[in-house]
Amino acid sequence: MSKTQVSHNRSLPKATTGIAGLDEVTGGGLPRGRPTLVSGRAGCGKTLFAVEFLVRGATQLGEPGVFLAFEETAEELAQNVRSLGFDLEDLVARKKLLIDYVHVERSEIEETGEYDLEGLFIRLGQAIDSIGAKRVVLDTIESLFGGFANSAVLRSELRRLFRWLKDKKVTAVITGERGDGTLTRHGLEEYVSDCVIVLDHRVTEQLSTRRLRIVKYRGTVHGTNEYPFLIDEDGISVLPITSLGLRHEASEERISTGVPRLDAMLGGAGLYRGSSVLISGTAGTGKTSLAAHFADATCRRNERCLYFAFEESESQLVRNMRSIGLDLMPWLKKGVLRLHATRPTAYGLETHLAALHKLVSEFEPRAVVVDPITNFLKSGTQAEAESMLVRLIDFLKARQTTALFASLTYGGSVQEQSEVGISSVIDTWLLLRDIELGGERNRAMYILKSRGMAHSNQIREFLLTNHGVELRDVYVGPEGVLTGSMRMAQEAREQAASLSRQEEIERRQRHLEHKRRALDAGITLQRAQFAAEEEELKLIIAQDRAAAGRLAEGRQKLARSRKADEPAGVARNGARRMAIRGGRK
Amino acid sequence: MKHDRSQQQALKSLAGAAAADPKLWELRLYVAGKTARSVAALENLTRLCEEHLPGKYRIEVVDLLVHPKLAKGDQIVAIPTLVRKLPPPIRKVIGDLSNTERTLVGLQLRSSKS
Repeated sequence: MSKTQVSHNRSLPKATTGIAGLDEVTGGGLPRGRPTLVSGRAGCGKTLFAVEFLVRGATQLGEPGVFLAFEETAEELAQNVRSLGFDLEDLVARKKLLIDYVHVERSEIEETGEYDLEGLFIRLGQAIDSIGAKRVVLDTIESLFGGFANSAVLRSELRRLFRWLKDKKVTAVITGERGDGTLTRHGLEEYVSDCVIVLDHRVTEQLSTRRLRIVKYRGTVHGTNEYPFLIDEDGISVLPITSLGLRHEASEERISTGVPRLDAMLGGAGLYRGSSVLISGTAGTGKTSLAAHFADATCRRNERCLYFAFEESESQLVRNMRSIGLDLMPWLKKGVLRLHATRPTAYGLETHLAALHKLVSEFEPRAVVVDPITNFLKSGTQAEAESMLVRLIDFLKARQTTALFASLTYGGSVQEQSEVGISSVIDTWLLLRDIELGGERNRAMYILKSRGMAHSNQIREFLLTNHGVELRDVYVGPEGVLTGSMRMAQEAREQAASLSRQEEIERRQRHLEHKRRALDAGITLQRAQFAAEEEELKLIIAQDRAAAGRLAEGRQKLARSRKADEPAGVARNGARRMAIRGGRK
Repeated sequence: MKHDRSQQQALKSLAGAAAADPKLWELRLYVAGKTARSVAALENLTRLCEEHLPGKYRIEVVDLLVHPKLAKGDQIVAIPTLVRKLPPPIRKVIGDLSNTERTLVGLQLRSSKS
């Protein structure tokens, strides 16, 4: 992971400490065969650091160790670290470890003339040789300054001691109490110049955070940042992540969010694997429900999911999710889902993140849910919190772990601005908001951004039903965006309006039909009138013609009766002419 | 070496008690090899005992180079260290014992004031 971060220097042999994370930060461990100074104020974990260094060496790396204790007896020491799972007595019995309690009681010592600390050398030499020790701890050699008055002698002897330890080729850890403005109260850093590690236990706003920093590591490249570390039942674990840079592989694989409609909004395929998702919204907008859906979907794919709950206990979360039809219990039982519930105020931000880091390394989930991250942003300075979150996101990204963060925003603050610090490292940002309208409060959701996919720009109404989260189209119309019962009412109104419109159309159509029919009827009537008139006229014409015929005939008869000498043809033609004229009339 | 007033008084009374004690003084001198410093320490000690505890003392010299394991028992860090095993309580004087006054104070054969 961070092996690429710190390049290994082959020329300088290193002794693996076995302390989780420290070897990554130091690029392989402490300088082999040389002394390392571990400095810090009271209660920062120096002694524990030293003990773990020896225990890991003895149990895991086959390097027996000598613990020269100046402050605690062997029994006290064994008792103190037993809670961390270290059984010193067993290691002592198996000759893997030797504890020598060096006690200098000033009140019973009188100094006369010259002396040296050969006695200490002899004791240490004897201890190292008796078990073939490769590691040595001097905790805290500065106590000697309280035991001897002649600090000039002491200083020259310490110089000699560290030289001697190098000659002995043992990897040594020397602890020192941090002084004001100096790394150690008595300036041990003057003598131990190869590697200096400072432990720090800071309390900011009543929350404590332990940090480790490598002040100096001669001859090697090392991380210079302050790394948070944890002391828990497994001893020390250092959070070795820094901003890992942007080297992580981008996966093409898409995974479901657990809400089909949301997947559809996200380019139709859901999230990219290994991307980081932020769900932000005010209280009660359904962030946890959405996160639970995501966890459920992950488990359905038979992938492990780690859920950090900072607001609800495990059973409360399970119960609440059951109310929307999500049963997380089977996944918990199966072991694909792990819920880690703690109060955000339980410890400092960095300690939380160190714990997160540790759990992720242990459980190796494919997806991580942090619900919510807001309290992190509130503890410590904004800048600190942001940088830590960026580290966490980078860490998860490097592991191709999809991360979903819920973030609580507060009413009044501009929603897009509240997480502006981490928005740049977020790939997909879903915004949940409530819309207050018509005396009720409804949930709405939209995608603020989603890198690398054509995502929907629509606001969707977000419904929590007894069978999970549902997304609905909101009503967008001339009356604005409507949700909830307003939406339903508006929909009903719309429906009524459209119904009446339909009726109107039908009415108009009927009217048209009616008119057409009326027109048709008119035409038929006129035609009928015309036909009647025509018939009548024809009849008249026929009568006229008949009358004319008869008239001509009468004339002929008259002429014949008068014995007229006019040719008959002329008379006939005249009669025909008249008949034609009558027909035309 | 500074002592506060009450400590001084305590030392005084203890010194008186020790001087009056007729029992044997058991002294152990830790050295590391025969260095000039350890030789000087032994010489100084012997002279001092002859002067202040004639016939009442026994000196045991422990060479830690020969018996390194013995350093742990008496919590020896500095060399040379003189340990007053008896009479109790245990007292330690470190250095080559060249400062007789301080050595006597350390062994509580004399209070630090005198």
